[in-house]
Amino acid sequence: MSRTPARTLRQQEGRAGLSLISPTLVITLAVVVVPLLWAIMLAFQDARLINIRRTGVFGHYTLENFGYVVSEPGFWSSLVNTLVYTVAGTGLSIVIGLVAALALRDRFRGRTLVRASVLIPYVAPVVAVAFLWETMLNPQYGIVNTWLREPIAFLTQAKGEFLGVQVPVALLTVIAFEAWRYFPFAFLFILARLQALPGELDEAAVVDGATPTQRFRYVIMPQLWRTVALLSVLRFVFTFTKFDDVYLLTGGGAGTEVVSVRVYNFLTSRDDIGAAAAQALVLAVFLVVFLAIYLRFFAGGEREQR
Amino acid sequence: MSRDRFERGLLRVLRPVVILALFLATAFPFLYMVTLSVRDIQELILDPGSLWPERFTLDTYVDVLTRQGFLTFMRNSAIVAVASVAVTLLISIPGAYAVARLRFFGRRQVHFLFLAVYLFPAIVLAIPLFVLFTMLGLRGSLAGLILVYIAQTVPVTVYMLRNYFETVPRSVEEAAAIDGCTRLSTIWRVVLPLSKPALMATGLYVFMIAWNEFLFALLFLVDKRESWTVSLGLSQLAGSIEIPTTVLMAGSVVLTLPIVIVFFASERLLTEGLTAGAEKG
Repeated sequence: MSRTPARTLRQQEGRAGLSLISPTLVITLAVVVVPLLWAIMLAFQDARLINIRRTGVFGHYTLENFGYVVSEPGFWSSLVNTLVYTVAGTGLSIVIGLVAALALRDRFRGRTLVRASVLIPYVAPVVAVAFLWETMLNPQYGIVNTWLREPIAFLTQAKGEFLGVQVPVALLTVIAFEAWRYFPFAFLFILARLQALPGELDEAAVVDGATPTQRFRYVIMPQLWRTVALLSVLRFVFTFTKFDDVYLLTGGGAGTEVVSVRVYNFLTSRDDIGAAAAQALVLAVFLVVFLAIYLRFFAGGEREQR
Repeated sequence: MSRDRFERGLLRVLRPVVILALFLATAFPFLYMVTLSVRDIQELILDPGSLWPERFTLDTYVDVLTRQGFLTFMRNSAIVAVASVAVTLLISIPGAYAVARLRFFGRRQVHFLFLAVYLFPAIVLAIPLFVLFTMLGLRGSLAGLILVYIAQTVPVTVYMLRNYFETVPRSVEEAAAIDGCTRLSTIWRVVLPLSKPALMATGLYVFMIAWNEFLFALLFLVDKRESWTVSLGLSQLAGSIEIPTTVLMAGSVVLTLPIVIVFFASERLLTEGLTAGAEKG
């Protein structure tokens, strides 16, 4: 009988744990998990805001929404836009974040001020910074265009010519915004990792006569790969489904329509809930596929780097 | 000249250049925002290239706060942010404690659930919640918005707090238990006082999310002007031609300032809290 009290203590602990965690579970289940399941159901139903009360759990299920969404003009181009926007935005923000972390690693006068300043784009509300960029890039009174010989409609022009090459002006601007706004995120993570690195390795490399670039390549980078890989995944996931940045800057016009903005338009201007849900689901599925590909090819390489 | 000396010399030149470029790229836009907000619109149109206003005016702020209703929007944002922080902490403290200390059925699965919520696209979630809130008549109410923010931040705050709670020595808690503390009073009297920095950091994180958020505010509140948050108010008014850009820039300052103040007051805490998991993860 000596085991019985031990088991009840353990049971007590289990019960206490469950009751302490239950508020957290209840709210995530009620506001995240159940709505998600419902979104999946809606994607297979002919649901509009007008008839939503009539589409019950056992309503009529159909694949029509998916067919409609995929064959609708602009779907594939928005998917390509999303991918270009995400890959370029993620890559740029990580590279700039890495450069910033390396440059601001050592002490110098005014470092606190520069560090704080570098973080503002990430901390400031998206609506304020998007509006700020819109104002700065405005062809009539924006500060950027007064410095240029000819004003450029950065946010409303789909294609422009640069040194004789056609470039997607608005899309590039939106990508630049993404990189500007989120490099502090990468900067924070990389800096935290840099500061946790043991100094001896670097010092040993100096003694061995390694040049700065050699030290970066053979000593610092190998220890940063894990952080960079984690950042790539996080930023890819967040950017791929991002809505507010593009919506606020261009409203999805001028060749910058990304899938999440399309979802929003289906939902609000067409009141077509089923199609919106189907589109969002397609987005989520592509996200999972890209992530699986990424993890398959890059996570393996990362293990060797360690 | 050897490669090493060349590279060192180059870096000695490059590093200040990079630092200056980063500083300008991040600080200049906000400086521009502030200077535009105190200018007269006529002056801006006549001379858009000048950086420093000839005449300062604060009429833009008076206009945006009173006539455009930003005082109301600020109040709404404050209610939403403060309520989100309070309830999120109330919910996630016991949750984080349970995950950090107690063995219970499903503890590992809880982890996975939270990661999934953290990475989950908001736009997918927006659809069913939009429909649900429409059906329940919750659209236009701040309470619905607060509920969404709580659900979106609780997983992350549980994670952040858990990391910290694990650093509190078990022996201190055991001593409290021997002195007759129940589990809840141990959390209240021992764990929380020791975890003040973590509580601050998570609270600020939630505050920032709730103050800055746009998509759900747009979906839920757009039809009802008196419950707009500052973000929504600015985005809605930015589209209209009647309101001068300088006035809206004043609105941008009003929207940005609280968060920047909060952030600078607590930068160290917050960045440490946010990246604490990165090294392990």
